Amino acid sequence: MAQAAIELIGINKSFGAVRANRDINLEVARGTIHGIVGENGAGKSTLMSILYGFYQADSGEIRVGGKPVSIHTSNDAIALGIGMVHQHFMLVDNFTVLENVILGAENDALLKSSIAKARSELERLEREYGLEVDPDAVIEELPVGLQQRVEILKALYRGAEILILDEPTGVLTPAEADHLFRILKQLKDQGKTIVLITHKLREIMAITDTVSVMRQGTMVATRTTKETTVGELAELMVGRRVLLRVEKGQSEAGAIKLSVKNLTVKDSRGVTMVDNVSFDVRGGEIVGIAGVAGNGQSELLEAISGIRHAVSGEVTLDGKPIDLTGKADPGELRDRGLAHVPEDRHHVGLVLAFEENENSILGYHDDERYLKGPFLDIDAIMADAKDKIEKYDIRPGNPRLKTANFSGGNQQKIVLAREMEQDPGVLIVGQPTRGVDVGAIEFIHKRLIAMRDQGKAVLVVSVELDEIRSLSDRILVMFAGRVVGERGPEATEGELGLLMAGVEHQEAAE
Amino acid sequence: MSTPYAKLPAWADYGLIPLINLSVAFIVAGLVVVLVGENPFRAAVILVEGAFGKGTGIAFTLFYATTFIFTGLSVAVAAHCSLFNIGTEGQAYIGGLGIALVCLSLDSTLPWWLLFPFAIVASAAFGALWGFIPAYLQARRGSHIVITTIMFNFIAASTMVYLLVGPLKPLGSQAPQTRNFVGGAELPKLNWVIELFGAKIRSAPLNICFLLALVMAFLVWLLIWRTRLGYEMRTYGHSPKAARYAGISETRIVLTAMMISGALAGMMALNPVMGDQHNVAIDFVSGAGYVGIAVALMGRLHPVGIVLAAILFGMLYQGGAELSFEMPSITRDMIVIIQGLVILFAGALEHMFRPYIQAIFASFSPKSVGMEAIKGKGA
Repeated sequence: MAQAAIELIGINKSFGAVRANRDINLEVARGTIHGIVGENGAGKSTLMSILYGFYQADSGEIRVGGKPVSIHTSNDAIALGIGMVHQHFMLVDNFTVLENVILGAENDALLKSSIAKARSELERLEREYGLEVDPDAVIEELPVGLQQRVEILKALYRGAEILILDEPTGVLTPAEADHLFRILKQLKDQGKTIVLITHKLREIMAITDTVSVMRQGTMVATRTTKETTVGELAELMVGRRVLLRVEKGQSEAGAIKLSVKNLTVKDSRGVTMVDNVSFDVRGGEIVGIAGVAGNGQSELLEAISGIRHAVSGEVTLDGKPIDLTGKADPGELRDRGLAHVPEDRHHVGLVLAFEENENSILGYHDDERYLKGPFLDIDAIMADAKDKIEKYDIRPGNPRLKTANFSGGNQQKIVLAREMEQDPGVLIVGQPTRGVDVGAIEFIHKRLIAMRDQGKAVLVVSVELDEIRSLSDRILVMFAGRVVGERGPEATEGELGLLMAGVEHQEAAE
Repeated sequence: MSTPYAKLPAWADYGLIPLINLSVAFIVAGLVVVLVGENPFRAAVILVEGAFGKGTGIAFTLFYATTFIFTGLSVAVAAHCSLFNIGTEGQAYIGGLGIALVCLSLDSTLPWWLLFPFAIVASAAFGALWGFIPAYLQARRGSHIVITTIMFNFIAASTMVYLLVGPLKPLGSQAPQTRNFVGGAELPKLNWVIELFGAKIRSAPLNICFLLALVMAFLVWLLIWRTRLGYEMRTYGHSPKAARYAGISETRIVLTAMMISGALAGMMALNPVMGDQHNVAIDFVSGAGYVGIAVALMGRLHPVGIVLAAILFGMLYQGGAELSFEMPSITRDMIVIIQGLVILFAGALEHMFRPYIQAIFASFSPKSVGMEAIKGKGA
């Protein structure tokens, strides 16, 4: 094997009493793509932040190219040839590509000479690595995939030999992700070393040479990708075997519970986000809405749940019309049997500063069960919270604990328990398992299927194609605010990916 | 990791940290005393003795504390709804107007125990009204509550000046204040309670408003943590988006919280007006509304903390007055500096020492800071 590009030896890092990294050893061979997988909170990002100089390790040694180094700032990292592409891009939106690339690397008080030099250098890099971007395009006008290329160019421009990519495909369409992988392979062929942080096992299998698995702050295993399987990696991540696909029976669709006709929603800037969308959800079926984030799914959910006013459209719940253009509010819809698990549990679905039991009544706090006159019936609320904790296996099982102290999966279970236990006729769920660890995903999927089997209408919006495919009885694909296609659960990923990228839609428009 | 510092046990959160902040404030204040050439230890003794040494001192301290409990509660109720009510000063001032109207018309006909309930309602209603207008502008027009409540302090002050040099001033009087109330508008004193413990009181204004303040502190606790309305206020205060999701009307909750806040501010006027001065004079609030902000912050928005913080500030007022009397080189302005330091360290810099204390706690006993919970065993 080639010489090691990076060696991390015995890295420890604690935040207060939380040990985010303990005794991490990692060796990344030069000229390879090395994947790091792990659940949220496993310590992947902390480790990379240490390597990139955002944090200092409490103990341990970093070697780059065989030599021990100390990295105190990101400038140190850059000087050592380490570049990082962040999950959330660090670009100035109203600057051009060229301006973003030289940002922080201007070598003169006056920009003119830097820009001229940068332009020729940038063109060379673009040619060499197949990273075509117009240097004069303004960032905010570029699609996300191209913005990511600019991030990569930024790193290369600074002479990066080692590239760290943190969850790079989270915002990409499948086609864009494929293109990214081609670029990464090309970079590898040119001798660059790439560290890929992700929680998507499929990507690991597709592109990496070696993969390391992290769990609860420790490095549990390193495998050669060719010699491992998705199942083994998933098991290593959670420490036990999990089902990646839920088992479910045939759906028995009943009467239409939720009907949406010609719904149009605009965002606060007046941009049309949901454009004349129509669909029905029947009792006993799960309808999944697939799409790349930002194509109107969030606004659709917000409108149906009454949080955001729609511009126009006819929506009926159990056959009775609801006025989403101004009159309906979330409390009223809840009373009428529409439960909503919002996409953003941190700011919408939960109040993180509240105790668990307080969150277990959010939205249902005016229900007589929880009240004695104007007062909260604390005993009833606590009993109810304990009941849900048991049924949904929420851990730790302490209803007095602050909600912020629960893990993502358990927080999501708190929301699901609250919404499902009200026995709603219609359940709408945004990103059911975002930021949730693998063990909880399985649990949540089973619960959703159970809701379906009880004859409830379930609408699921998710950017995880795997999730949509394994849960849904029917799949709607949204692109640019429109439903551009409907498929059955047997649809292939490629087929859905094309729809998500709007290919068919554009062809139809031409 | 999203939580860089662990949580502290409650006793450290509510006891140790305020104590450390307070100590630092007094150390810095002591340095100021040294700078003007006085002995800081003697000054501290005079300050504490002035406030708690004699019966009269205690009575005065509690009298001031009463005022600050009301304004502190007012600020805290709004703050639980994430509204920064700077307007407690003006709301208290206008509350005084309500009391004046009731007392001027009824003080010679009703005994105090009949007049007092009317005065409470009037002061609360006028204060609530003064809180309502900025709240409406915030909820419906998006005018920021901090700006509007500051503006309304000025409007309140100007209105009261107009009324007190004009319509409310008795003919022929040269003082900008109402006529002195008689009989029914004089609230019973509580000095006898302190005398029960053997202390002597010459003359001090401590009155039954102190008990009213304690009752209101309890009611505020009940409101915030035990009622549906309080739950809704806290939800909105922590996350307006979660409130919207939960079907809580933003307009209704903002208006209600600000009216309750204004009512508590208005009730503050009962203490000086009916318990002490027996008239409404220009500038009778004299900054108590602003002190309420410091009291609420220092009391961590909890009624128990607010009562304790109010007593501390009562001590600074009373003991400070004694200090400037005993040590002429320490002027009234110096006392204001000391109070300012307390506000600075206990309020504004509240989190300055927190990270260090948390680090110390975490290194001693990870369990005490709730580590198990944060790691969340599995999911």
